[in-house]
Amino acid sequence: MTRYTSATNSDREEMLARIGVDSVDDLFSGIPEELRLGRPLDLPDGLSEAEVFDRLRQMSARNTDADSEVSFLGAGMYDHYVPAIVETIISRSEFLTPYTPYQPEVSQGGLQTMFEFQTAMSELTGLPVANAGLYEGPSTAAAAAYLAIGATGRKKLVATRGVHPHTREVLETYSAGYGSEVVEVDLEDGVTQAAALAEAVDDDTAAVFLQQPNFLGSVEDIEALTEVSKAHGALVVVACDPMALSILKPPGQCGADIAFGEGQPLGNRLDYGGPSFGFFGAAEEHLRRMPGRIAGQTTDVDGRRGFVLTLQTREQHIRREKATHNICTAQALNSLAGMIHLAWLGKRGFVELGELLVRRTAYARSKLAEVPGVSLVSDAPVVREFALSLDAPIGEVLDLCAAEGVAAGYRLDREYPEIENGLLVAITERRSVGDIDKLAELLGRAVSVGSEAPREKEAVS
Amino acid sequence: MSPQTAPPSTAEVPTAQQRDHATTIYERSVPGRRAADLPAAGVPETPIEELIPKSLLRERPAELPEIAEPEIVRHYNRLSRRNFDLDTGMYPLGSCTMKHNPRLNERVAALPGHARLHPAQDPRRAQGALELMWNLQQSLAEICGLPHVSLQPSAGSHGELAGLLLTRAYHADRGEQRTKVLTPDTAHGTNPATVSMAGYEVVRVATSEQGGVDMDDLREKADDQVACLMLTNPNTLGLFDENIAEIAEILHSVGGTLYYDGANLNAIMGRSRPGDMGFDIVHVNLHKSFSQPHGGGGPGSGPIAVSDRIEPFLPKPQVVRTSEGNGSGPTFDLDYDRPKAIGRLRGFQGNFGVFVRSYAYILSLGGDGLQEASETSVLNANYLLSRLSEGRTGKYLPLGVDRRPMHEFVLSASKAKDDLGVKTLDIAKRILDFGFHPPTVYFPLLIEEALLMEPTETETRETLDDFADTLEAVLEEAESDPAIVTGAPYTTPVRRLDEAGAARDPVIRQPLG
Ligand SMILES: Cc1ncc(COP(=O)(O)O)c(C=O)c1O
Repeated sequence: MTRYTSATNSDREEMLARIGVDSVDDLFSGIPEELRLGRPLDLPDGLSEAEVFDRLRQMSARNTDADSEVSFLGAGMYDHYVPAIVETIISRSEFLTPYTPYQPEVSQGGLQTMFEFQTAMSELTGLPVANAGLYEGPSTAAAAAYLAIGATGRKKLVATRGVHPHTREVLETYSAGYGSEVVEVDLEDGVTQAAALAEAVDDDTAAVFLQQPNFLGSVEDIEALTEVSKAHGALVVVACDPMALSILKPPGQCGADIAFGEGQPLGNRLDYGGPSFGFFGAAEEHLRRMPGRIAGQTTDVDGRRGFVLTLQTREQHIRREKATHNICTAQALNSLAGMIHLAWLGKRGFVELGELLVRRTAYARSKLAEVPGVSLVSDAPVVREFALSLDAPIGEVLDLCAAEGVAAGYRLDREYPEIENGLLVAITERRSVGDIDKLAELLGRAVSVGSEAPREKEAVS
Repeated sequence: MSPQTAPPSTAEVPTAQQRDHATTIYERSVPGRRAADLPAAGVPETPIEELIPKSLLRERPAELPEIAEPEIVRHYNRLSRRNFDLDTGMYPLGSCTMKHNPRLNERVAALPGHARLHPAQDPRRAQGALELMWNLQQSLAEICGLPHVSLQPSAGSHGELAGLLLTRAYHADRGEQRTKVLTPDTAHGTNPATVSMAGYEVVRVATSEQGGVDMDDLREKADDQVACLMLTNPNTLGLFDENIAEIAEILHSVGGTLYYDGANLNAIMGRSRPGDMGFDIVHVNLHKSFSQPHGGGGPGSGPIAVSDRIEPFLPKPQVVRTSEGNGSGPTFDLDYDRPKAIGRLRGFQGNFGVFVRSYAYILSLGGDGLQEASETSVLNANYLLSRLSEGRTGKYLPLGVDRRPMHEFVLSASKAKDDLGVKTLDIAKRILDFGFHPPTVYFPLLIEEALLMEPTETETRETLDDFADTLEAVLEEAESDPAIVTGAPYTTPVRRLDEAGAARDPVIRQPLG
């Protein structure tokens, strides 16, 4: 008997008798002899709750988490302060343990929170319709591509290199199935140039992928980029940082057809990359092609207001191979966490947080740009993140900072080799002016040490 | 069940919850109220327009609620009570494996070294996380009988897509371009939907009288254009397909791959392994067999296990282990150098928080415990079936396919519909009044008026008895007054909802501002 099952030996015997078989083995007699494992699984014996806890606590202690260093890591997932009520509410059994709301009469809590979440995502993106959330950011881009291919009958996808590298890689991966190709447009001075984009977009283009702010942190002129993208009838899909949507013009007001993003900054833990959620907003005309669950308002037989999963003829369980996406289990609890965080921030707090990020990031950017051997990749405006190029091998700089308890940022060398010793620095409300000053001091030290070692520097460039 | 314990059969007197009109958080908003207090910026209050051109800024703030913390908490607490949940009662949704969610798993997932670890942390400073992922991969490989695992997919359907993209890459690598994927007519909707997303055409394979793959139909349809056959075994009827070895042989003889939809793995852990049955690719739903809570529709995680010939194509990055050989123990890293890989399926490393919970579950149960979980799930299902084969349930709700099931089984309410005028939907709604969640309804599509029941191993015999008594009581009501059942539910926060109206004239957000 495990601690999660209740059947005692006598239960077992009585149940088997009732079934009319002699042993549990008889219940497995439908499995042909040669396909039975016939030996115990080669896994360690089970452990007590206390032992499992201790084992995992010890393992987790071998990770350097954002509480044990000063972290400037971002690149799509950010160390925001998540208010205590998020944890309290999403830990409630009634939110934690139900399945997808297939029986709406006993799922009003979940369905209504989806409706509230959809409203918030619609507000953030400036688009009239939003779903209840998909897996996470990058795979949501692939869902947008599927919609665009269906809506336009075209296959080509264009993405600027300002789009998160993971997102572009995911688009590549899914393209094998979609039969599409992904064409990338280079950045210039850290932003997407309308002229370069115009050159890549043609009559075969199903969708153009932009990102706001872009991966290097720069705020793009989405309106201008949308205009050139739409010249040939492609859909414009904008990846956005939900926190930046507190102050930036929402994609819907810039002419975008779809806006989506990684939801982690809203109410979700870092969790080494997941679970979080992907949000998805679209223009009204795409409602019936939207992926994922959508909650809709309705009334019950007595006229009471209620909510149901709606437009289900888009979905796999009804439409099967003609579905607008294959998603079933999504990330409902993570979307709820995002909604609670947004309610906590509220209309004014959300804007204040956005402004705080902009101001502190402006401070950090000018402070770090003053450090000898450190230069900015772009002069474009930024919200909460910016890219630097260093005069010293990036690996060594990061190691020196780490030894002093600072994760200096995200290294760009694998994904942006064109930026010499590139470093992406993210700021949140949890990184104080003192933290920023410390980073400046450390980068100064690291770059001067690193640039004195020309041999190793050559090896990098 | 005695009549005096039966729930109300009218809605004349609304319950407290029914009187409590649904109010959204936006409708509770009052200008000027707030919950958040933010730290001071500590830097000059430069006007934002001096930092970002006005043309790029919002003209008006997003309409978020204005509400203080106490009322946010009350709002969501109140909403939570309008949900049924697994911690409150049995939730026998077939194909969903609603087993208990151990709270230990929540506790270890919340450890700062897990919850507060940034996904871009240098692997040298995330050794505990990478080791956990490695160990989980090894465990799943052993359970599935396939040597290589990627944890990247975010749920079952994502694993399915991974599987078909792997299949595509495998064939392409051999210079082949195949066009079709076979799915049985008992398949879950995600299977055909995935086939389309992966750029293949769906070809349906019929189901035999015995509830397995129709072998003649399979032989006829398996040709050199078939890229893959997607199956789950036991299938969605809860029946183990004993021809599986032959099925694998047929697929492999035409060069196709065999894909295992792991939704039903909870029936066979430690008893039989998909890899040994001949499957090439398996997805595992960590939110089913491995106890991750469903969260009202996620998060989940859908790792895939594959055979040697599929391994080169696994998504990147992959967790790798290297032994230094100097006695200092193994180290772990993320390997991006995988030239044949299908690429990435999502951002970063996957739903790590789910990995922690499922790994804790595997450590808790061990090999024996997992086997016992499967055995008890099969025992519970068969016990429940034996109870339901008697009396009115036996008469009106016979098995869809009359064979011994494994961890779940399908009843058909066709007879109840014909003889008593109560459909599957009505029965499901009346079950709600008795305090249980109904089984999965109208799936699999093959069985008319289907009720797919999966009790799981974590339910007690007493609960199974209560559930059987409830179904009996519902049918007793249907015999004496079918209107009681067709008018149900009566006691839920809202009663039957106008779904057609919701879809005809969709209101999917709150009008604001
Ligand atoms: C048989 C079967 N296949 C596939 C899936 C899809 O899994 P997921 O919801 O994790 O995407 C499910 C679950 O809902 C299922 O029951």
